[in-house]
Amino acid sequence: MSTKTLMKGNEAIVRGAIAAGCRGFFGYPITPQNEIPEYMAALMPKAGGVFLQAESEVAAINMVYGAAAAGARVMTSSSSPGISLKQEGISYIAASELPAVIVNIQRGGPGLGNIAPAQADYFQAVKGGGHGDYRLLTLAPWSVPECFFLTALAFDLADRYRNPAMILADAIIGQMIEPIEVPEKLETNEPPKPWATTGRKGRPKNVISSLYILPDAMEEVNLRIQAKYALASEREVRYDEIGVGDADLVLVAYGCMARICKTAVDLARSEGLAVGLFRPISLFPFPTIRLEELAEQGRRLLVVEMSHGQMVEDVRLAVNGRTEVGFYGRSGGVVPTPTELLDQIRSRERAVEKREQEGALDSRSGVRL
Amino acid sequence: MTMQKVFERPKALSTIPFAYCSGCLHSVVHRMIAEVIDELGLLERTVGVCPVGCAVFMYEYMECDMIEAAHGRAPAVATGVKRMLPDTIVFTYQGDGDLAAIGTAEIVHAAARGENITTVFINNGTYGMTGGQMAPTTLIGQKATTCPTGREPASEGYPIRVCELLATLDGPSYIARVAPITPAGLTKTKMAIKKAFGNQLDGKGFSLVEVLSNCPTQWKMTPIETFSWIEEKVIPQFPLGEFVDRE
Repeated sequence: MSTKTLMKGNEAIVRGAIAAGCRGFFGYPITPQNEIPEYMAALMPKAGGVFLQAESEVAAINMVYGAAAAGARVMTSSSSPGISLKQEGISYIAASELPAVIVNIQRGGPGLGNIAPAQADYFQAVKGGGHGDYRLLTLAPWSVPECFFLTALAFDLADRYRNPAMILADAIIGQMIEPIEVPEKLETNEPPKPWATTGRKGRPKNVISSLYILPDAMEEVNLRIQAKYALASEREVRYDEIGVGDADLVLVAYGCMARICKTAVDLARSEGLAVGLFRPISLFPFPTIRLEELAEQGRRLLVVEMSHGQMVEDVRLAVNGRTEVGFYGRSGGVVPTPTELLDQIRSRERAVEKREQEGALDSRSGVRL
Repeated sequence: MTMQKVFERPKALSTIPFAYCSGCLHSVVHRMIAEVIDELGLLERTVGVCPVGCAVFMYEYMECDMIEAAHGRAPAVATGVKRMLPDTIVFTYQGDGDLAAIGTAEIVHAAARGENITTVFINNGTYGMTGGQMAPTTLIGQKATTCPTGREPASEGYPIRVCELLATLDGPSYIARVAPITPAGLTKTKMAIKKAFGNQLDGKGFSLVEVLSNCPTQWKMTPIETFSWIEEKVIPQFPLGEFVDRE
């Protein structure tokens, strides 16, 4: 049984978290994510959990560190500048191998920027963000239902790998209202946490720390963490494909940018252009192998982002020169429109056509370029 | 006839030898905290949060559950534990750089919330571990590696009196400053720490004990000389006493 209801993305994140057993939220106000702490303040006490507005993002992430150390499912949320402030704490959480969920409703930047949607925090999300060798298990919802289910999944992943997980969304995903069928019960998998600092209660003491003064000991921890990421790369890759089967050109986009690309793909299809969409859902681990396959099949790729090119680097690493990887991006809160993308698709298809014609002429005249 | 044991290692203290410099008071205060945990029967309920600074390895010395916090953030970490597990007894142990410089926001807000935790604040007026730089509590005229001619108000400002600052708030239940440099001072220090833990047990809210401490290494003094310095120079700037004691 489930009920269909209209909901904002930010509210769906809150409901997904609580359904997954999140019982602690620590945050600080920043637009465009304010509905998350506000719904948390209203709903968390009813779920028997803790809501606390911290004095800063720095304090909030360190409260999350303490609450995660105490063995609870906990989260914080913020938007770009606030996520920057949390980075030291996130590094400690990753190094101490604690599970926690961090939500970034991205806004225009750098600096104070603005409150419009952007995707310029991709590097920060998937490459670590803070100091040291660590990664965040990063999921990118493109709809309100995905806000709910991917947030719930993020808690399972964080527990499974004892590593912080991130929901990377943006102002559009957070603010838009869509129908969602909220399940009455949600299957989640919360493992026992014998390592938690809960008071000793008849066992030897537990210590949560990321201090390893001997380099060999620190490297050993780093190798253990890297092994988890290797395992996650085998098991936790998630993506979606639309119309890729016969596509010569495949757009690659995530989150709300993928939504807009979907409309552009429909427009291009109505003009007879063989265009498809590939949407990474897990940004780390990245769907490298599938992109490699698409490249092997001779499909050209066009990466579209609300940034000046971040995910495109991972796509180029994945295909490693096997196919052409184009890029189109807008930034600072500017959102590309479907017709703007259609123009990009058309001009790229024309360029390919022209090149093929020239290639045909060249081969007739025996001249090789 | 069996001999009665009148003095032993507290159960809350591990058998790992302290790595602190000779004459440093950290080990004395660690032991007092361990004694208080034993006396109140809290070993199985306590979660300690240690700082960045010389006491960074406190988790090695304590036998209760321990968390190592980022520099200055111990009160936020302690808040996270206490809010999720209200039945635990949570304390932070922080130096002056940790608590009164980088962590000023966290301690002020934990106190303002009346967070039901206990903080032991070690004020020795220097960054001992990093090599003797100026601290927020370095005295006027006192030399440090980053104020080599002595702290000058015109350029380095004034030392922060943490107890007096926090006493302006409505949240704290107990705020006291002590100096364990005499037999009476040792007794008062232990009593203040015990009261700060007892308040948490009774659900009274935030308690802080500021311990005027020393640093023979960075002050470049013998341990005995550090006690005279505290008596003559430090206490006039940081007067002892109970600043808040709410029923």
